[in-house]
Amino acid sequence: MVIRQAYLALLLSTIVALSGCSDKEKEAGVMAEKPTGVAASPDNTKPAYGDMMIRGSIGDASVLLPVLASDAASGDIIGYIYNGLVKYDKNIKLVGDLAEKWEISEDNLKIRFYLRKDVKWQDGKPFTAKDVEFTYKLIIDPKTPTAYATDFLRVKEFRVLDPYTVEATYEKPYAPALGSWGQSMHPAHLLEGQDVNQSPLKRHPIGTGPYKFTEWKTGDRIVVDSYHDYFEGRPYIDRVMTRTIPDPATMFLELKAGRLDLMTLTPLQYRRQTDTPWFKQNFVRYKYLSFNYTYLGYNLKDWKFQDKKVRQALTTAIDRESIVNGVLLGLGQPAYTPYKPDTFWYNPNVKKFPYDPEKAREMLAEAGWKDTDGDGILDKDGKPFEFTIITNQGNELRKNAATIIQRDLKRIGISVKIRVLEWAAFLKNFINKRNFEACLLGWQTGPEPNQIDIWNSKKIGETQLNFITYQNPTVDKLLDDGASTYNRDERKKYYDEFQAIIAEDQPYTFLYVGETLPIISSRFRGIEPAPLGISYNFIEWYVPKPLQKYQIQP
Amino acid sequence: MIPLLLGITIISFTVMKMAPGDPTSLVTDLNPNMNEETIARIRAHYGLDQPWHIQYLKWLRNMLMLDFGTSFAPDGRPVLDKILERIPITIFINVVSLLLILAIAIPIGVSSAVKQGSLFDRGTTVFVFLGFAIPSFWLALLLMILFGVKLEWLPISGIRSLNYMELSQVGRFFDFAEHLILPIFISAFGGLASMSRYMRSNMLEVIRQDYITTARAKGLDERTVIFRHALRNALLPVITLLGLAIPGLIGGSVIVETIFAIPGMGFLFYQSVMMRDYPTVMGILVIGAVLTLLGNLFADVSYSLADPRIRVGD
Amino acid sequence: MKVNILGDFTRRLGKNRLAVAGLIVVVILFVVAIAAPILAPYDPDHIDISNILAPPTRAHLLGTDILGRDILSRMIYGSRVSLSVGFVAVGISTLIGAFLGSISGYYRGIPDTIIMRFVDIMLCFPSFFLILAVIAFVGPSIWNIMIVIGVTSWMGVTRLVRAEFLSIRERDFVQAAISQGAGDLRIIFLHILPNAMAPVLVAATLGVAAAVLVESGLSFLGLGVQPPDPSWGNILTEGKDNIEIAWWLSLFPGLAILITVLGYNLLGEGIRDSLDPRLRR
Repeated sequence: MVIRQAYLALLLSTIVALSGCSDKEKEAGVMAEKPTGVAASPDNTKPAYGDMMIRGSIGDASVLLPVLASDAASGDIIGYIYNGLVKYDKNIKLVGDLAEKWEISEDNLKIRFYLRKDVKWQDGKPFTAKDVEFTYKLIIDPKTPTAYATDFLRVKEFRVLDPYTVEATYEKPYAPALGSWGQSMHPAHLLEGQDVNQSPLKRHPIGTGPYKFTEWKTGDRIVVDSYHDYFEGRPYIDRVMTRTIPDPATMFLELKAGRLDLMTLTPLQYRRQTDTPWFKQNFVRYKYLSFNYTYLGYNLKDWKFQDKKVRQALTTAIDRESIVNGVLLGLGQPAYTPYKPDTFWYNPNVKKFPYDPEKAREMLAEAGWKDTDGDGILDKDGKPFEFTIITNQGNELRKNAATIIQRDLKRIGISVKIRVLEWAAFLKNFINKRNFEACLLGWQTGPEPNQIDIWNSKKIGETQLNFITYQNPTVDKLLDDGASTYNRDERKKYYDEFQAIIAEDQPYTFLYVGETLPIISSRFRGIEPAPLGISYNFIEWYVPKPLQKYQIQP
Repeated sequence: MIPLLLGITIISFTVMKMAPGDPTSLVTDLNPNMNEETIARIRAHYGLDQPWHIQYLKWLRNMLMLDFGTSFAPDGRPVLDKILERIPITIFINVVSLLLILAIAIPIGVSSAVKQGSLFDRGTTVFVFLGFAIPSFWLALLLMILFGVKLEWLPISGIRSLNYMELSQVGRFFDFAEHLILPIFISAFGGLASMSRYMRSNMLEVIRQDYITTARAKGLDERTVIFRHALRNALLPVITLLGLAIPGLIGGSVIVETIFAIPGMGFLFYQSVMMRDYPTVMGILVIGAVLTLLGNLFADVSYSLADPRIRVGD
Repeated sequence: MKVNILGDFTRRLGKNRLAVAGLIVVVILFVVAIAAPILAPYDPDHIDISNILAPPTRAHLLGTDILGRDILSRMIYGSRVSLSVGFVAVGISTLIGAFLGSISGYYRGIPDTIIMRFVDIMLCFPSFFLILAVIAFVGPSIWNIMIVIGVTSWMGVTRLVRAEFLSIRERDFVQAAISQGAGDLRIIFLHILPNAMAPVLVAATLGVAAAVLVESGLSFLGLGVQPPDPSWGNILTEGKDNIEIAWWLSLFPGLAILITVLGYNLLGEGIRDSLDPRLRR
C-alpha cells in the first residue's frame, strides 16, 4: 500500500481506526498471549469448517467497490471479497495473489504478470487479463473519482499479451509499481460500459476473494460468506459478520457479552479492562506496532516556523515519552522518522532531539525568542509566541496528545490553543486552504517506502498531501532516486539519507507510533503472529468442531 | 397550513445560507478527486450562481418534487432515501412514548389533583420537578450503567440482537421490545413530567368550576363527578399539549437515538451534522418541521372532534 | 402601589420553601462560578499522567479524568460555562421576545399577525434540530451556542409579553397616557413594559435552566464547548466513553446539571406562584 493510502488514512482518521482485522495490515513484532483455559486435546486442534466470526467496526462501510472506497471500514470488507495481482506475505515480501509470477525486464521498465488460470469470479465467470486491463483503465479514467490513480498514471503503456498475461511499461524504473498492483481487480464483465458511480456493485460486490457478499444492512451489519471455489482453497470459517457499533464502549460491552468475536482495543481497554482471569480464559490479545504514526506538522509558510532552529527547539520541548505514557498508556513508542521502527527501512541513527526544556529555551533564545516583557510568554519583534494546533474530531488520542503538548510548550513560554474540528470542515477549510499554523495528524504508511506524495516540493496543490509546504530539492532527488531502482539495498541508502535530513529539518515533530491491539475470542485457532500482523492468513483460521458457536446454513 | 409550510421552508433556507462559503467549497473530499464535473453538477443543482430568491425557488421546487438532493456522505445516496429508511423507527419510538406519557401522566395528574396536598401529591411533585431538571442523556447513562453494565438485563445499543434472524416471530418481537425499553423510557421521561403537571393544574382548575360543585350538589358520587364531568373537560387542553410535546419528542430523538445507537432519523441527523452533510441536515430539518406541523394539525383536529363547543359552526 | 407589590412578593416567596431552596442553589452557583480560582483545589488544566482515571479519593474528591486532571476543579470552572451560556442566551431571547411581543401586543393588527405567524413557524421546528442544524453550519464555539440558543427560544417570551401588552394596554392609566398624546415609544417603555416584566422574569429564570440543559446536551454530543475547555456536558462525554471504568465521570457532572436546573426551575416556579394573583390566599 503506497502513499495513495496515506491520503485515505488522513481522510479516514476521524474513525478511530477501531475496525477489526484487515487483510492489508502489515505489521511486525507481534506479541500474543496464550489463552489459559483452553485444553490442547487433539479434537480441539483439528481444523474444521464452520462457525462465524463477528467483528466490530466503528464506522459502516460506505461503498464496496474498491476503486471508489477511501475509508477503512469499506477497505476492510473489500479485503475479504477482492484480490490484487500481488500481496504481501507474512514477512512483508511481495508474493503473487492473482498473478502466479511476474518478470521485471532487464531495463526495469516493464513488468509482466502471468495470471493464475484457475480463478473464477464469484458469479462463475473466469478471471482473465481483460479484467486487469479494465481495472487499469478504470483507475486512470479522469471521470472515476478515485484516490488510487497516482501510481497507475506512471504506466506508459499497458498490453494484454494473452488471456492470462499482461504487461505494464513505465517511463522510468518505478519501484513502488510492483506493490501498486496489489490494487483490487474489478470484474470487467459486470462494469464495462457503465458509470461506475451508479453501479449496483457498490452495494452488492462481486470479487474473486475468499468471501462473497451476502447482505448489508446499512448502519447495522455486513455479512460475507465463504466462497467455496476460492482459488487458494475454501476458507474454514464459513461466515464473517461485521457489525457497526459507533462507539468503543458499547463495542466492548458487546465483546464481553459474547456478541462480538473480534475488535481492536483502545489502550485503556487493554490496560484496565481486559486483564482479568475471565478475559484471559475467553480471549486472546495481540499487540504489535502499527504502520501508523502521529505527528505535529508545522505550516512552513508561517513566519514563526520558518527557522529550522525553532522547529528543533519545539521538538526538544515536547516530552514524547509523556505522550506515549499518558495517551497510549505505554502501548507504543516515540516516533523519530516517517518509517515504522521495526522495519528494514527505518534509520535508527537520526537526530532525535530528546526532551530537554532548558535546552529548548536556549535554542529559542538563539533564534531570537525571549521573554522581553516578563509576561511569561516568549516574544520576538514585539509579537508573542502563540499558535493554534488544529486536529480532527473523533480521535481521542490526538486530542489528548495535543493537550499534553500544550502543557509542555506552556512550560517554556509558548502559548498554544487547541481547536478540534469536524473532519469535513477540517479538511476543506483549514488543511486544503493551508489555513492553519500547526496540525496534529497521522499518516498510515505501509511496506512500500516511497513517500514522494507527502514530501515532494511540487505536491503542494490544494488537495495534495504536502500541505505543510516542505520544499527541499535534496529530499526531492533522494525520494525520486529511491523510487527509481528495484534494488533494496540501494533504495535503503537513499531513504536513510532522506530520514537523516528530515530529522535535521524537523518539518514535523514526529510524535508516536501506536500499537494495534486486537482481541479475539479464544475459540479461533490458526492465528500466527508475524511481521505483517495477524490477519494475513485469515482463510486458515478455524474453530475446532466442539468449540463452534454458530451454525451456518449452507 | 400553507403559509406555515412556506415559512418553514424559508427559515430552513436561511439556515442553509448561514454556512460560510457555498456548499461546493464544503463538499468534503471523502470522495477525493472531486472533479470539475461533479462540482459543476452540484452548482447547477443548487443554482449557486444566481440571486438568492431564485436559489430559494429552485430549492423549493426540488423539495416539492421530493428531490432533497444527494448526500455528501461517502455513500452518496439520495437524501430522501436515507431519511425514509430511518423514519419508521423514530416515529415508532415517539408514538409509543406519547402513548406511555398519556397512560401514565393522566392518572398521575388526576390523582394528584384530586388528592391535592397529600403525600402522593407531594411525592409526584418532587418527581415532576426532577423530571424537568434531569438531563435525558445523563439519565440514559445511569440507566445504561445500571441495567446494561451492572445487571446486564437489557441491551444498550441497536434495535436488534445478533441472532435476530434466527429467532421466532415471538422471539423477534421480544428482542425488539427489549432493545427499545430504555430508549422509549428516556424519550418519554421529560414529557411525563410536564404532562402530569399540566394535567394536574388543569384538573385543579376544572374541579373549582361551578358545574362541578353543581354535580356534587346534585348528589352524584365522587367517582362520577371526577370521571364523567371533570376529567373530560380537563382532558381537552391536554390534547393540544400533546401537539406541543411533539417537537420536544422529535428533537429529543437526536440524543436518545445517538446514545443508544438506534438507526433512526435523529441519529442520522447527528451523524450528518458531524460530517457536515448539508443536504441531509437540511432534509431532516424540513421533514422534522413538517412532522411537527402534522402532529399539531392532528392535535387540532382531535381537539375539535372532542370539544363539542367547537364543532358547531367554526 | 409598586412598593407593596415588591414587599408582598418577597414575603410570599420567602414562605415558599422550595423556591427558597432554589434561590440558595442559584446563589451558591454564582459564588462558585465567580470564586472559581479560589475554590478549585487544582488548576483545571493540570495534567497528571500518573493518575489517569483515578476514582474519588481524598486527594481528588471527585476523581480524575483521562489525563489525570481533577474533576472537581474542572466542574467548578465548568459552572462558569453553564452560567454564562444560560445568561447570555436568555438575555438574547428575552430581548428579542420583549421587542417582538411589545410590537405585537401594542400595535396589533398586521404587525401582530405577522409576528404571531413567525412564532408559529418557529414553533414548528423541533428546537434541538434547529440548534444543531445552525451549529452544523456555523461551527461550535461558546459564542455561537449562546447566540443560537438565544435566537431559537424567544417564542415563549414573545407570547407572554404580547399577552401582557394586550391586557395592560386597555388599562386606565395607559389609556390616559394615550389620550394625553404621549408618543408610542414612551408608552411602551415607560408605562406598559415595566408592568409586563413579571411573567418575563419567570420565563427568564426558567429559560436559564433550559439553556443550561441545551448547552450541556450540545457539549455532550461534541457540538458545544470543545475540549480541552471543561464543561459539564463534555465531561459526561468522557463518562460515556469510559462507562465501565470511570463511573464518577458520569455521575457528578450530571448531578451538577440536575441541581442547577432544579434550582432555577424551583426559583422560577416560586416567583410565578408568588406573583400569581389567583393563588393569593
